[in-house]
Amino acid sequence: MAKSDLKIDIRTSPYIRKAPTVAQIMRNVVYALLPLVAYSVYHFGISALALILVTTFACMATEHFFCWMSHKKPTILDGSAAVTGLLLSMTLPPGFPLWMGVIAGFVAIAMGKTLFGGLGYNLFNPALVGRAFIQAAFPVSITTWTPAFAVDRFVEFIPSTLALPFMKPLPTADWSAQVAIDGFTGATPLALMKFQGIITDSYDLFIGTVAGSTGEASTLLILLCGAYLVYRKMLDWRIPVAVIIGTSLTAELFYFIDPSKYPSPAFMLLSGGLMFAAVFMASDMVASPVTPLGIFVFGCLVGFLTVIIRLFGGLTEAVMYAILFANAATPIIETYTQPRIYGARDKVKDKK
Amino acid sequence: MILAKLFGKKTFPKGIHLEEYKDESNVAATRRLPFAPEMIVPLAQHVGKPAKSIVFKGQHITRGEIIAEADGFMSVPIHAPVTGVVKEIGLAKTAQGGKQAAIIISTALSSGQQLIESEQSNDYLSMSREELIQAVQNTGVVGLGGAAFPSHVKMKTPENCAIHTVLVNGCECEPFLTTDHRVMLERIEHLLHGIRITMKCVDAPKAIIGIEDNKLDVLHAIEPYLPDDQSITIKAVATKYPQGAQKMLAYSLLGIEIPSGSRSSEVGLAIFNVATLAKIGSLLPLGHGLIERIITITGDSLENPGNYLAPIGTPLRYILNHAGFTGDEASLIIGGPMMGTPVRSLDVPITKGTGGVLVLDERLTKHNDILPCIKCTQCLQACPINLNPSELGLLAIKRKYDVMEEQYHLNDCFECGCCSYVCPSNIPLVQYFRIAKTLNRERHLQDG
Ligand code: SF4
Ligand code: SF4
Repeated sequence: MAKSDLKIDIRTSPYIRKAPTVAQIMRNVVYALLPLVAYSVYHFGISALALILVTTFACMATEHFFCWMSHKKPTILDGSAAVTGLLLSMTLPPGFPLWMGVIAGFVAIAMGKTLFGGLGYNLFNPALVGRAFIQAAFPVSITTWTPAFAVDRFVEFIPSTLALPFMKPLPTADWSAQVAIDGFTGATPLALMKFQGIITDSYDLFIGTVAGSTGEASTLLILLCGAYLVYRKMLDWRIPVAVIIGTSLTAELFYFIDPSKYPSPAFMLLSGGLMFAAVFMASDMVASPVTPLGIFVFGCLVGFLTVIIRLFGGLTEAVMYAILFANAATPIIETYTQPRIYGARDKVKDKK
Repeated sequence: MILAKLFGKKTFPKGIHLEEYKDESNVAATRRLPFAPEMIVPLAQHVGKPAKSIVFKGQHITRGEIIAEADGFMSVPIHAPVTGVVKEIGLAKTAQGGKQAAIIISTALSSGQQLIESEQSNDYLSMSREELIQAVQNTGVVGLGGAAFPSHVKMKTPENCAIHTVLVNGCECEPFLTTDHRVMLERIEHLLHGIRITMKCVDAPKAIIGIEDNKLDVLHAIEPYLPDDQSITIKAVATKYPQGAQKMLAYSLLGIEIPSGSRSSEVGLAIFNVATLAKIGSLLPLGHGLIERIITITGDSLENPGNYLAPIGTPLRYILNHAGFTGDEASLIIGGPMMGTPVRSLDVPITKGTGGVLVLDERLTKHNDILPCIKCTQCLQACPINLNPSELGLLAIKRKYDVMEEQYHLNDCFECGCCSYVCPSNIPLVQYFRIAKTLNRERHLQDG
C-alpha cells in the first residue's frame, strides 16, 4: 500500500440504498398507462392516438423549455412530464382539437408545475390544472363527445381533431350521427343521467363500451393497470380505495334517501372517469398527503365532493374539481393528521 | 402487528427488509488475529469520562494489566492488550476524525504474551449487588454492540424502577455483521454466566434472549443449556431491520413501548447486547479485563473476510492487510452499512465499540442525484418510530430546526437510516437530521 491514506468518499450512513429512482417510478407509471392508451386507440381510432401523442409531447417540450430558460439541469428524463402529458390526454374527449391539446399541455406544466418550482413542489396535480384551464377556455370542445367504435376510426380523423389553431373546430354532430352505430346522442353516461335521466347499464361501464374521455372508458383495464403499479409499490393503493369508499358512502346515502331521483353507487363509481381519477389522478404523490390518516381523509373528501358536485353542481366533470379542491386542502389535512409516534407520552399515560 | 401475530411472528410495525450479505463472514469460526507490532489504545473508548493513564513512557507492561484507571463511576478502566513497552502517551487519530489521548504500545514480539496473573477471582453467586457492579466496572466492559456505554452504569438501576426482565439482544440486524452470531454459537456458557450476573445485578427474575429468525441455528444450540425453570428463555423474532434497536426489540418480544425520551428501566427492562454479556461472563469470574473482542471484517474485495478475535488497539491497517485488503478506492466503514461511520484513516485503532469493519464497493454506495421530495410516503412507511421523515426533511431544507424538534419529534429519531434507504429521491434524510440535532443542541446550550 503505497499511499499513506486511502481516498475515501465521506458521507454519513446509511451507505446502502435500495429504492427505485424517481425516474423508474415515472417510467413504470408510463408503462401502466400504455394499455389504456392502446385501448383508447382501439376505441376511438387515430384521433385519440394523435391527441395523446401531441399532448404528451407538448408537456415534455414545455418542461424542457423551462429548464433551458432557467439554466437548470434538464429534468425531462425523470419522466414526470411524460406522465403528466399522458394523464392529461386521457381526460380529454377523443375528438379534441390537437392545437388545444398543445395548449392544455403547456398550461399543465407551466402553471401546474413550473410555477410552483417544479416536481415535488406543486400544490396541485399538474394534469388537472391543465384540464381545468381548458375546461374554462374551451367549454364547447371539451364537452363534445364522439361515438366509440366509429367504423372508419383507424383511417379517418374525427373532423374536429384537425381544426386549425385558434379556429373554431367543425361541429361534429353531423359526423357523429353518420358514424354512430345506433342512437348515439353524443352524451356521456353522466350527462345522460344528469340531463335526461337515463342510466347506462353498469356492465357496459365496467367493460368500457361507452362514450367518454380518451382514457376513462374501461374500468376493468384501469383497475388492472393500477394493480400492476400497486404490485410494484409505485402507487399508493390507499388513495384509490379511500376515494372509492368516499364515493360509495356518499352516493349510497342519497340513493337510500330517494332511489328514483339519485343514481346508484355502482353507477357513480363506474362513470365519468371516476375510476381513472381515483387510480391515477388522486394518487398523484406530490399533491396528496403523506400521513396515513391524511391519505384516508383526502380520498374520502375526493369521493364525497365528487358526488356532491355531480348531483348538485352544474358540471359533469366533477371528479376533477373534487381532486383539485382536495389537493388544496392537503397541507391542512396533513397538519391535523400527524402520526402517533412510538412511545408517545400521552398514550402511554392513558394506558396506565 | 395484529396480522403478524396471526402468522405467529413476533415483530414491530414498519421497518425494512434488507439484503443480509452475512454469508461471506459467517462461514468460518472466529479466528485469532496475530499481535500487531504497535498498538494504539485511546483513553476514551466509551461514553462518559475518559480513563486516566497510570503508566509512563518506557514502562514495561504485561498483557491484561491495568494501564488506565476509571475516572469516577461514569468511566471504565483500560487493560493492556499486549505485553510490551509504552512507546508514547500522546495524541492519536481516531476513527471519528480528530485526535485523542492514547497510549501507544510497542509489542514485545518475542514475548509469549502470557496474561497477567489476576489478583482475585470472583464467585459471582456469593457476591452482593454492589460488589458485582464494582466487579463489572473492573472488567472494563462497555456496550460491545457499538454504543460503548459502560455496562456497570446500566446495571445500577434507579431506586424507583424494578426491573422485571433482562432482554439479551442477539438480533444483529445490520447487514454484513456476524459477530453476535458467532458469539452466540461459540460462547454459550460465557453468555449464560453473563446473563446470570446481569440478572443478579439488576435483580430481575427473568431473562429473554431475542434473536432474529435468520439465526435459528443459535436457538437450537442454546436451548439445551437453558435452565428448566424458564428463568432464561430464547425467542426468535422476525428478521427485519432495525429489529436490534432497543425500542423495537422491547416491542417485538413483550409488546412494551419504551416511552419517548426515557430509559428502558422506566418500563422495567434492562437490555444488553449478547457480546457484552458473553464478555462479562468470561472475564468477571476470573477477574480479567477486556483486552480483545470479536470483529467482523467483510466486504467485496477481501480475500479473507470473516470474524477475527482482535486485540483492542490493533490498527485498522494491520487488520485489513491480514484480511487481504488490497483495494484503495473502496469505502471503509466502521460498524454496519446502515448506522456505521466512515473511516478517515487507516491508522486508527479498533476500540471496544468496534463491531465490524466493512469494505463497501461502489456498487453499493453509488449515489444518484438528490431530487426534491415527491411525497411518495415510502419513508413514512419505513420509519419504525412512526415519524414523518418527509416533512422533517422539508423542514430541514428550510432550516426550521426548532419546528422539527417541537412539532415533529426530531429527538425521537434514532438515526436508523430506514428513511434514507427507501427514498427514491435520494434525499440524505438522516444526514439532515443529524445536522439538525447538533445545531439544536448548540442552540439549547447557548440559551442556557
Ligand atoms: S432515521 Fe429517524 S426518521 Fe429515519 S426511519 Fe429511522 S427513526 Fe425514522
Ligand atoms: S421517501 Fe423521500 S421522496 Fe418519498 S416522501 Fe420520503 S422524503 Fe419524500
